[in-house]
Amino acid sequence: MAKLSEFRLKGLVFLAVVVFALPLFISNPFHYSLATQIALIAGAVVGLNLLVGFAGQISLGHAGFFGLGAYFSAIMTSHYGWSAIPALIVGAIGVGIIAWVVGRPILRLKGHYLSMATLAVGFIIAIILNNEREMTGGPDGMPVPAFDVFGWELSPFGEYSLFGMDISGDLAWYLFAGVVLLVAVWLAQNLIDSPIGRALRSVHGSEVAASVVGVNTTKYKSLVFVISAVYASVMGALYAHFQGFITPAVAGFEFSILLITMVVLGGMGSTIGVIIGAVVLELLPQVLADFQEFEMVLFGLILMLTMIFMPKGLLPTAANFLAKRRAKSAGGNA
Amino acid sequence: MFSEFLQYLFTGITIGATYALIALGFTLIYNASHVINFAQGEFLMIGGMATVSLTAMGVPMLLAIVLAVVLAGLMGIALQRLAIAPAKDANVVTLIIITIGASIFIRGLAQLVWGKKYHVMPNFSSDEPIEIFGAVLNSQSLWVLGVGAVLVAVLVYFFTRTMTGKAILATSMNKDAARLVGIRTQMVLMLAFMVSALLGSIAGIVVAPITFTSYDIGIILGLKGFVAAAIGGLGSGVGAVVGGLALGVVEAMAAGYLSSDYKDAVAFSMILLVLFFMPRGLFGAKVVERV
Amino acid sequence: MTALVEVNNLSKAFGGVHAVEGVSFAVDAGQVYSVIGPNGAGKTTLFNLITGLYTPTGGDVKLNGESTAKLEPSQLAQRGMCRTFQQMQICMNMTAIENVMLGRHLSLKSNLLTTLFRLPALTRGEKAAHAKSAELMEFVGCGEYINAEASAMSYGALKRLEIARALAAEPKIILLDEPAAGLNAVETTALEELIRKIAEQGITVMLVEHDMKLVMNISDRLLVLNYGRVLAEGTPEQIRANPDVIAAYLGG
Repeated sequence: MAKLSEFRLKGLVFLAVVVFALPLFISNPFHYSLATQIALIAGAVVGLNLLVGFAGQISLGHAGFFGLGAYFSAIMTSHYGWSAIPALIVGAIGVGIIAWVVGRPILRLKGHYLSMATLAVGFIIAIILNNEREMTGGPDGMPVPAFDVFGWELSPFGEYSLFGMDISGDLAWYLFAGVVLLVAVWLAQNLIDSPIGRALRSVHGSEVAASVVGVNTTKYKSLVFVISAVYASVMGALYAHFQGFITPAVAGFEFSILLITMVVLGGMGSTIGVIIGAVVLELLPQVLADFQEFEMVLFGLILMLTMIFMPKGLLPTAANFLAKRRAKSAGGNA
Repeated sequence: MFSEFLQYLFTGITIGATYALIALGFTLIYNASHVINFAQGEFLMIGGMATVSLTAMGVPMLLAIVLAVVLAGLMGIALQRLAIAPAKDANVVTLIIITIGASIFIRGLAQLVWGKKYHVMPNFSSDEPIEIFGAVLNSQSLWVLGVGAVLVAVLVYFFTRTMTGKAILATSMNKDAARLVGIRTQMVLMLAFMVSALLGSIAGIVVAPITFTSYDIGIILGLKGFVAAAIGGLGSGVGAVVGGLALGVVEAMAAGYLSSDYKDAVAFSMILLVLFFMPRGLFGAKVVERV
Repeated sequence: MTALVEVNNLSKAFGGVHAVEGVSFAVDAGQVYSVIGPNGAGKTTLFNLITGLYTPTGGDVKLNGESTAKLEPSQLAQRGMCRTFQQMQICMNMTAIENVMLGRHLSLKSNLLTTLFRLPALTRGEKAAHAKSAELMEFVGCGEYINAEASAMSYGALKRLEIARALAAEPKIILLDEPAAGLNAVETTALEELIRKIAEQGITVMLVEHDMKLVMNISDRLLVLNYGRVLAEGTPEQIRANPDVIAAYLGG
């Protein structure tokens, strides 16, 4: 266990270093914006990873929870004059409750049936958001007020000062998102390396074994489903405020698939790995900007190739490869 | 009143027949390989789009259809050979992502070749709608139902009377045992994907005059076909047909009598109800886990 | 003294197949009680019935006088019953010691708050669980794997790990389903020693086994099943001398 917590700490420190060092290398507002977006989506992916990577469940509709969080905050701050933080918290609680209610019957299912059910839930949410024009603005979307903390606004267009230095709104938002991501990772790691975490992972490893040592697998599946939904909701709310504008695509099937691909690509069960997955998949459209029409073909190709040749995901495969090389150079037989 | 009901019924059965054919494609592949092929809808799309573009290039309609179907069949084989087979015994999530990746890939190719526009295909026979008891029936609908019925009959014959068909069934029940009695399971798998692709593409061609066709129609149709297969019971051919027709009719009725905005939500609500109360679907088999 | 486990006229049919029929016996606390019989005699089915994985089609099982009919395996664990499996159920996605720590689940008090924020109450519990689990791994004889991944362990070591996990739950009764399967002679002798040590701690042991030498050496009483029914029941000496048993199975 010393080894385990050591590894997790290294990951968190590494991430913190990257987050805080990045501003030294970029100064373009567009880059900050991209980095902020990546950080927020990565936060949602960290939550999804708890469900998919650690507890071994499937969710093909997770964007639904992200979208619910985003729209709840958008509607409450825009139409009802709520402040951002209460909207975020109440939205998260609401999404948590929905996830609990919906999760109980759904999580009795396994494999393909479970994927079907989560797909259906995601679609229903997206369809509702799309159709209820009066509240949500329909397919054209709706504007979202800036994030505010008791009246003090955090906007990408603002000017702020931190420790006496002048900071642009982009940088401020980026730092905020980075810190949120770090907290999200810290909480997730604490969860994993604990009795609750082991119970969750045993659901994936062997449900039968889990039940005979007293783990109520139903309860834990529900719990991790709710936690991952809450993660998505919070990140969705922040995303909405940051973008200043959201459309129902934020709850759509394509986004759900993108999220799960980030988990699978980065390495299910590896918190840092899935963040890398998020970074790669968010940067891809940028890299392919000149070849925009090839984006879909390449995305599909990447999905297939990584799943066929690196089914454990990028990070675990790389870690495995490095470990084997180290063992070889250490010489002798194991 | 009655004519309205009949109208919705016709619409429902027509689209239901399409769902049924897609569902049969899912069922076939699921039975042979326990894979849920999320790219199933794309075969539909290939069928319709290829036919349209070939006829636009001057190829006679019938030949265009044949070529389009063959193309889809080849893609089915390629999918199995290049994407599914290499993954061997990957777990459920991995396989799902692979087929999703394949569907995105195929869609991306379609977008490159054919662009993003909608295309129109003319009705096979007349453009004159047929009137029955005050309800209007598109003549193409009869084609959909007719072709659908023929395909189902052919499949039934194939699986109950031919050696190849029985070989596919045997492989689906027990891959190792099938191998032991000399069935070449790799061939069987490729065949299953090919037949599935043929089914899908024919369905796509025959329904294209009604729904238009574009590079991205595969997604929602594929998903609804999947829902239909699950409602009927994954793995059951009868279930696929019943599920497809049921879904189509319920959807049309809901769109007509309740709200057309929420038409798509019908399929997904139905699947949730089925999964909660009848998880194995209408005709699905029960599975017991041995410890 | 009421028996720890009482099985009364227990039956389980899968469609037309009567896997277990009319089986009755009792296991007293502190005993080592073995169930033997030819392949397909219904031994694992019997275990699955007792441990709540299957629902009986007839008859009843009582644990400490309480019927187990409506109880889930996790509830049986709360009442002091734990088991290992014929087809090993190890969580390969965790380290060896985490598997054993999983067995401590019921005795570790934690809630979401202490877990998410890693409060001292949690770290204290984790340290204690880790120490106890390491101790158990030494006890069962796979101490060298304390820092290893479960996926890196040998078959024999994993079988012992599963026993460690079951013991971590501090059960009153432990059911071992074919613990010697796949073990060589040396490993089997070590297993015999281990079962003796477990019994010495006062834990009741129920065993399903094919290895006759092991069973005869270690058991206080035996139950012989054949075609789902009880063929004989008694001490090792009685069973050895029983002509029906000899005819059915012990014969060579």
